[in-house]
Amino acid sequence: MKPARFDYYSPSSRDEALELLGQYGDDAKILAGGQSLMPMMNMRLVRPKVVIDINRIAGLSHISPRRDAGLAIGAMTRQRELERSALVLETAPLLSWAIPYIGHFQIRNRGTVGGSLAHSDPAAEIPAVCLTLETEFELANSGGERTVKAEDFFLNHLTTALEPVELLTQIRIPQTVGNWRWGFQEVCRRDGDFALVGAATMLHLDDKGICLEARITTFGAGGTPMRMDAAEVYLSGSSVSTDDRSEAARLVSDALDPISDIHASAKYRRDVAGVMVRRALEQALLPQALPLNEGEDAA
Amino acid sequence: MTTERNIRLTVNGKAYESLVPVRMTLVDFLRGELDLTGTHVGCEHGVCGACTILVDGSAMRSCLMLAVQADGASLMTVEGLADGPELHPLQRAFQRNHALQCGFCTPGLLMTAYEFLRDTSNPTEEQVREGISGNICRCTGYAPIVQAILDVSQEAG
Amino acid sequence: MVQQYIGASITRKEDERFLTGRATFADDVKLPGMLHATFVRSPHAHARIVAIDTTAALAMPGVVAVFTYDDIAGMAKAIPVRLYPLPSLEPFLQYPLAQDKVRYVGDPVAIVIADSRYLAEDALDVIDVTYEPLPAVVDIEESLRDEIIIHEAPGTNLAAHYVVSTGDIDQAFRDAEYTRKERFKTNRHTGNPLETRGMVVAYDAGELTVWGATKVPHFNREVLSSLLDFPEEKMHFVEGDVGGGFGIRGEFYPEDFLVPFAAIRLGRPVKWTEDRLEHLIAANHSRDILCDIEIAMKKNGAILGIRAQVYGDMGGYIRTHGSLVPASTAGLLMGPYNVPAYECGVHCVITNKTGVGTFRAPGRYESCFIRERLLDMAAADLGIDPAELRFKNLIQPSQMPYNAGRTRADGDTIFDSGNYPQALTRALDEIGYEETNPKRWVDDAGRYHGIGIATYVKNTGRGPYEGARIVISGTGDVDVYLGITTMGQGHETTMAQICADSLGVSMDAVTIYHGNTDYIPFGGGTYGSRGTVMGGNAVHLACQNMKERILSLASTYLDTEPANLVLQTGEIFRKGAEQGPALLSLGEIAGLAENPGFNEEGSGTLEITAYFEADQLTFSYGSHAAHVAVDPETGKIEIIRYVVVEDIGRAINPLMVHGQAVGGAAQGIGATLLEELVYDDSGQLLAGSFMDYLLPTSTDVPPIESIVLEEAPSPLNPLGVKGAGEGGIVATGATLANAVSNALAPLGVQITQLPLSPSFIAKLLSG
Repeated sequence: MKPARFDYYSPSSRDEALELLGQYGDDAKILAGGQSLMPMMNMRLVRPKVVIDINRIAGLSHISPRRDAGLAIGAMTRQRELERSALVLETAPLLSWAIPYIGHFQIRNRGTVGGSLAHSDPAAEIPAVCLTLETEFELANSGGERTVKAEDFFLNHLTTALEPVELLTQIRIPQTVGNWRWGFQEVCRRDGDFALVGAATMLHLDDKGICLEARITTFGAGGTPMRMDAAEVYLSGSSVSTDDRSEAARLVSDALDPISDIHASAKYRRDVAGVMVRRALEQALLPQALPLNEGEDAA
Repeated sequence: MTTERNIRLTVNGKAYESLVPVRMTLVDFLRGELDLTGTHVGCEHGVCGACTILVDGSAMRSCLMLAVQADGASLMTVEGLADGPELHPLQRAFQRNHALQCGFCTPGLLMTAYEFLRDTSNPTEEQVREGISGNICRCTGYAPIVQAILDVSQEAG
Repeated sequence: MVQQYIGASITRKEDERFLTGRATFADDVKLPGMLHATFVRSPHAHARIVAIDTTAALAMPGVVAVFTYDDIAGMAKAIPVRLYPLPSLEPFLQYPLAQDKVRYVGDPVAIVIADSRYLAEDALDVIDVTYEPLPAVVDIEESLRDEIIIHEAPGTNLAAHYVVSTGDIDQAFRDAEYTRKERFKTNRHTGNPLETRGMVVAYDAGELTVWGATKVPHFNREVLSSLLDFPEEKMHFVEGDVGGGFGIRGEFYPEDFLVPFAAIRLGRPVKWTEDRLEHLIAANHSRDILCDIEIAMKKNGAILGIRAQVYGDMGGYIRTHGSLVPASTAGLLMGPYNVPAYECGVHCVITNKTGVGTFRAPGRYESCFIRERLLDMAAADLGIDPAELRFKNLIQPSQMPYNAGRTRADGDTIFDSGNYPQALTRALDEIGYEETNPKRWVDDAGRYHGIGIATYVKNTGRGPYEGARIVISGTGDVDVYLGITTMGQGHETTMAQICADSLGVSMDAVTIYHGNTDYIPFGGGTYGSRGTVMGGNAVHLACQNMKERILSLASTYLDTEPANLVLQTGEIFRKGAEQGPALLSLGEIAGLAENPGFNEEGSGTLEITAYFEADQLTFSYGSHAAHVAVDPETGKIEIIRYVVVEDIGRAINPLMVHGQAVGGAAQGIGATLLEELVYDDSGQLLAGSFMDYLLPTSTDVPPIESIVLEEAPSPLNPLGVKGAGEGGIVATGATLANAVSNALAPLGVQITQLPLSPSFIAKLLSG
């Protein structure tokens, strides 16, 4: 299983990379961590004419706090670095919690946050978490930059808003103010595998425990990770009681139309997505779930 | 068309320079060009871990890297574990515990364990199992490998 | 006190090269001028080959040759069956290349030789094969309708059918107070050694050398000699280090003809290293068994009879294992129990899938699952505790040797020795069976817990013979050349232990050589847990003969009777004066042997070759027990405890025996929960990579508790040993399925097929 021939570039600057992308577009593939691309190239499922290796570009790997107390993460930041970051744990613990579910540490040593997002496997953890965190994506091309919201970034199975001439350079995770709780659940056949189905949730609660805002994302249950609007609306204003959680789960299952494959049937994914949501909500309400920015303005 | 590139790298403390095809994987380079056949190929799609080496101190699947990506890097493979005739504590512990049968997964596991033990002190059995879960062994059923790693972590105190 | 090696948990002599990356696996072999092979394989499950256009490939720089059926036509013969042949199987055998039809995805159509594997794969991209696709059949029952015929000549997809029977089955069912009929299915899966297949073949000055041989190199050499019409004595099969076999590696496959053919044709060494995707479609699959079974019992649980139909999905061709997989399923379906009447029809069914062969405990994992599930069902129906039902029917030690009747096409099955109730009792004790009441419950998190058990018996030590050759040099070094091979079992250590004790030398003086056809003229190989039984006893026999020779030489030299001398730690002592000074060393005796004036016996070297013969199998046995917890909402199964109790008669090296048991159990756990070679209706393998064919990792396997018993040594060989290679895997499907069925019984779930994926469990729960 050896890759087919390709032309190889390893630009040392962002501009150089963008120029190459502008030139080769569809004929090129970006090589970041390689944990998704290299298997496909080794199997000759993917045969780019040009490989643009962006591992040598400075400035694409960073975890930086922002003025508004959110977080900016460079696209080339290794997943292992995110996993170990105290800053990420403090600002976006949902991400810290999800990362260890990704493969195994050797994969996370090399895999990047940007690579996972650009590849956009429907059952991947990082896209689902970014959708839940309402992350913004910064895309650059040789002409300039644009920002795309998470809700507009994941379009379809393995398809994102990234144009062939564009490079994802960083993501911005906005600050969440108030008493936010979060939960993350997935079921997979083996630890580290892509999830059969999973759920990520964030709940904004007032000081009486009433839900001001609910964010619920399922992954592995469709072509992309999905925010579950009906369930979110239902929980808003509720006390997220046991019955509320069950109803939210039911609304989630009803809204899904997953695929069947050799690992799980569509019915399984649909039913268990509901279970994952219910359990993620339970987890979010547990005392030990880290509240974000506790004590700040809860209104 | 850039079909070949000159690379310079260090492997187990020794410097190498080589002209390599850009599409050659790092594991094929190590095995084929440098004759370091201790690192093995089990799947070529990043699942089995037989090809695990350390790249600049981090364990990675060398079947998922191109040789050209190792330009300027410092690698460690299983051949670099022992200190001359002195086996590394991990190697001794593997032997003591019968943690290898056919030996094909062993180099990858040793390199994984090397990083794991460097970064985790006093691991529990569960943590060790989690730590090596990215390496497949078909022969031992994992128990003796876990024990070998626990032995070394306890030796280190 | 002289050190006793047999029975000691000695760490392995051979480990250092594996630990330091200095082992020599097939792909590590490099020869000057070496070329690289790859194969054009059919992307269709069933198709006619219309044309093959190799011009573009041959025009590529670095591509040296492409050989198709036309190039081998003059010598193309079917690859013969090695085990379990039947005349009706002959028309279904595989040729080294497909001629006018392909019958499974992966069927080799051409071999491509190039300067590198990269270039060879580039050539694959431009080789143009025109196929005329045909409808494919992937289901046993559909195939049996013979509407889509896969091999035209025989005109049927039923490659073999025969019936074994013992006792009066009709009477058994007439006398029955209880019967139960069920259909069971075991999942197609395979061994996946971590090293894929591979070889390097060199043809030089009329001699052909094959590196990468293993398992049965003498047999394979004979086959290759016949296929190539090449003198056997000029062929050298060399086994280096082998990355696991599990029954899959080492059989004669099409590639084992094609690579040597290319090496001879091109006059340059050719290397072929299989890749993983290729392995999954080209190397033997196993375990694909469908069984309709019915049991007749008395209300008190006594078994009166079992009648069954076993269908083996053999894939597109019959390969070297003939009817083995379904035949072995039928052969021990009745297990270690008193089953007075038994009748089983065995069917070998051809489908458009990869060919089938042995994977560790072939037919035994399957039949244990089928029978032990049925016994648990009967226990529940009759209101008898499952363990009690086993005890009621287990063959007792007083019945040994026990003739279970004609359960095989070629003879009776006779259990040589065993205390089956003792092994079961031990397993029950370990899992805490008596104290755990009830044996199923629901925990606070809503998970369903259950205990499951299973008991098995396993044939080991297949004959008819095995050889060992011992050479002692003037330095006193003892070199032992084995007829058996090794693929991780540690024979370099265990055979040295046997030699040291049997001969009377220090283990440090012994070096074991294995797997090279030049080492010994005849060898049986390693498979079916025969290594220690046959190879170990061959070493023992050779040592006995060598010791006799040594004592004879020494006694002549010392002018005394052999009975007055003793060979101990490599030295000759007067009997009774072993503490005193040695009279002669082994090296000196070797010198005596080489002294033409002294030695009238013939050959100058101190060398003995011996062949140990056996015409009966020796049976290991045991019980497994498991505690599982099932999450009813996700269908996920956690194995909380897994206990393996195995009696192997006598352990040469307990450390190694435990290694086999734990390793086997881990493979069985993976097979039962995770692994399946899933095909779609058009015959495409959907589980075509490790992304979809899921092997167990360290977090999928609990710490397996292994207990090794030596209560019933084998009466069939001097060492008293039984094979230990497969017991760990035999009862895994049965035990886990019983535990899960027990746990989920209140929800109406009864397992009758494998694997137990979360989606499958969820489906059973909602159905």
